[in-house]
Amino acid sequence: MKSDVTPVNNKKVVRKLLLAVGGMFVFGFALVPLYDVICDITGLNGKTGGRVEIAEAGLLVDESREITVQFIAHHNAEMGWDFQPSVAQLVVRPGEVNVVSYRVTNPKNDVMVGQAIPSVAPNAAAAHLNKIECFCFEEQTLEAGETADMPIRFFIDPELPANITKVTLSYTLYDITDKSGKAQAVAIR
Amino acid sequence: MSAAHDHHHGPAKGLSRWLFTTNHKDIGSLYLWFSFAMFLLGGTFALVIRAELFQPGLQFVEPNLFNQMTTMHGLVMVFGAVMPAFVGLANWMIPLMIGAPDMALPRMNNWSFWILPFAFLMMVSTLFMEGGGPNFGWTFYAPLSTTYGPPSTTFFIFAIHIMGASSIMGAINVIATILNMRAPGMTLMKMPLFVWTWLITAYLLIAVMPVLAGVVTMMLFDIHFGTSFFNAAGGGDPVLFQHLFWFFGHPEVYIMILPAFGVVSAIIPTFSRKRLFGYDSMVYATASIAFLSFIVWAHHMFTVGMPLAGQLFFMYATMLIAVPTGVKVFNWVATMFRGALTFETPMLFAIAFVVMFTLGGFTGVMLAITPVDFQYHDTYFVVAHFHYVLVPGAVFSLMAATYYWLPKWTGYMYDETLGKLHFWLSFIGVNLLFFPQHFLGLAGMPRRIPDYALQFANFNWISSVGAFLFGFSQLILLFVVIKCVKGGKKATDQVWEGAQGLEWTVPSPAPYHTFETPPDASLIKAQ
Repeated sequence: MKSDVTPVNNKKVVRKLLLAVGGMFVFGFALVPLYDVICDITGLNGKTGGRVEIAEAGLLVDESREITVQFIAHHNAEMGWDFQPSVAQLVVRPGEVNVVSYRVTNPKNDVMVGQAIPSVAPNAAAAHLNKIECFCFEEQTLEAGETADMPIRFFIDPELPANITKVTLSYTLYDITDKSGKAQAVAIR
Repeated sequence: MSAAHDHHHGPAKGLSRWLFTTNHKDIGSLYLWFSFAMFLLGGTFALVIRAELFQPGLQFVEPNLFNQMTTMHGLVMVFGAVMPAFVGLANWMIPLMIGAPDMALPRMNNWSFWILPFAFLMMVSTLFMEGGGPNFGWTFYAPLSTTYGPPSTTFFIFAIHIMGASSIMGAINVIATILNMRAPGMTLMKMPLFVWTWLITAYLLIAVMPVLAGVVTMMLFDIHFGTSFFNAAGGGDPVLFQHLFWFFGHPEVYIMILPAFGVVSAIIPTFSRKRLFGYDSMVYATASIAFLSFIVWAHHMFTVGMPLAGQLFFMYATMLIAVPTGVKVFNWVATMFRGALTFETPMLFAIAFVVMFTLGGFTGVMLAITPVDFQYHDTYFVVAHFHYVLVPGAVFSLMAATYYWLPKWTGYMYDETLGKLHFWLSFIGVNLLFFPQHFLGLAGMPRRIPDYALQFANFNWISSVGAFLFGFSQLILLFVVIKCVKGGKKATDQVWEGAQGLEWTVPSPAPYHTFETPPDASLIKAQ
């Protein structure tokens, strides 16, 4: 064998490479929170932010612009609830606080827990749609046959890019009956 | 293992030779035979797909089985055929090319091979389980593979873990060998390009296989432990899966093509009887492609709803890859330019590689254009694109490599007439098979669907005829290899008149142990 091929040399290389392998494995998992942070900052993927305090909402209403906000409701395949917004769309002004409610009915014979996940299109508007109150911040538990009206209070901040005149806010309801309790701690926005 | 004991005797007898071998040539052969078996298996799955698509309507298989076939075809070909075949070539050729007695970590080498058959046994066995095997495409997008996947998905996950471990160990071995075991005088910039491309490939493997392992681990947790990495109801995000997968997936496609560049860069100079044109630029181009592979992943997912800035970035970054790739194609053509060309089978495959890989590259640039990608996305145009770069690309380079080094491995010349027959049938078959798929895709035929509208019927039957021609032509390769192993015209040490490099200085067939004393520095020439 060649003189400078020593097990020590190999060991050094292997140790470094194994470290790199471990590092990349961890990096893969680190991408999960990183992805959330990036989506949060940029509003990519139509993710809306968390609860906005009323004090922040004390903004000047921009009377010169009109924004159409459309409301959409879906339920996921396993979710048998009826789920509908009270209005299909609303014309709002930036800075103005509005309330819309979604009506939801559990037609099943069992208590069910639902979780609504919001999404905003276009993506660029997601960071500018602020919610003061939203049913999507909590789990919704409905008794068999129960009907509830679930409100959202929101405003569009005046920094919404000028080219956007129509914003679609969509909610998808998921059945989390099995997971609820466990899922309490999961921060859902 | 004591080095003094292990040396100077031939291979052990019988099955234990193969089970316990730490010899790089034995392990290389094992990898190559294994990958050929997987190539035939994955090809069989492909023929089931093409048989079903021969005519519109459902003929032979249920849609669920069809989905399992597309999934298994992709997984077996990527992880079972192409990747292990290149590892096999690396095992055989890298020590011979750099004047090393063996791989740096021979026992780990044995292990990294022998876990592979078990991984594939486990994965293929899912086809016989209740609920069937993986049916969500080789990209196994969540939640299709988590919430809606068959119960056997867990076996699939562990199979991927084992394949990943095997690849990582193989990559560590390649890097340690190249960094530590080069003969005196074999500087980095004197290494054959195949060694260079494999060094860079190995680093890519180290970087992305752990990410894949992480992704399937997250799937495992989502399926069994109630986490919500990819489950929107629990605060996760299915699109995150696609980002993670393609962060692995795009470097992965270069893992499958960079060693092919190395093979072609060895063969074209030999049969042009000239030195490789632009060696240095080849090395830098390979490194650039490897770097770029990390920043283009989202071009696989333009349609998920990205902001304009993101779409533009990934579009331009993707197009940028055409530049170093263009450098390579230019260098290969320039190597052939005014060379004394002969067209033995390896050269035919290599030239076909250059032409058809470039064609696949062009459709790649088309797909990089974001607005048109919205139309091409998930159509047969994409299928045609990646099959052009993988079949007449990576697979043809593997065939070229097999014919090129077979005399060195066996000591006999292969049957040139049969080799040429294999080439021409493969060449015609592969183009009949994949060229019409461009038109199908442009006309709107979606991929991964067992049935299609009537207007797609003509191109589909042409494609299916090509598939069977190409598939059965591969039996010629099997026959040629077996015939060559059994005997034939004795090969000289140099084998090919224009061949350069250390592997051609050892006898044919290459003895069980080579370069136990490093080769004379005068044999090591600049590339």
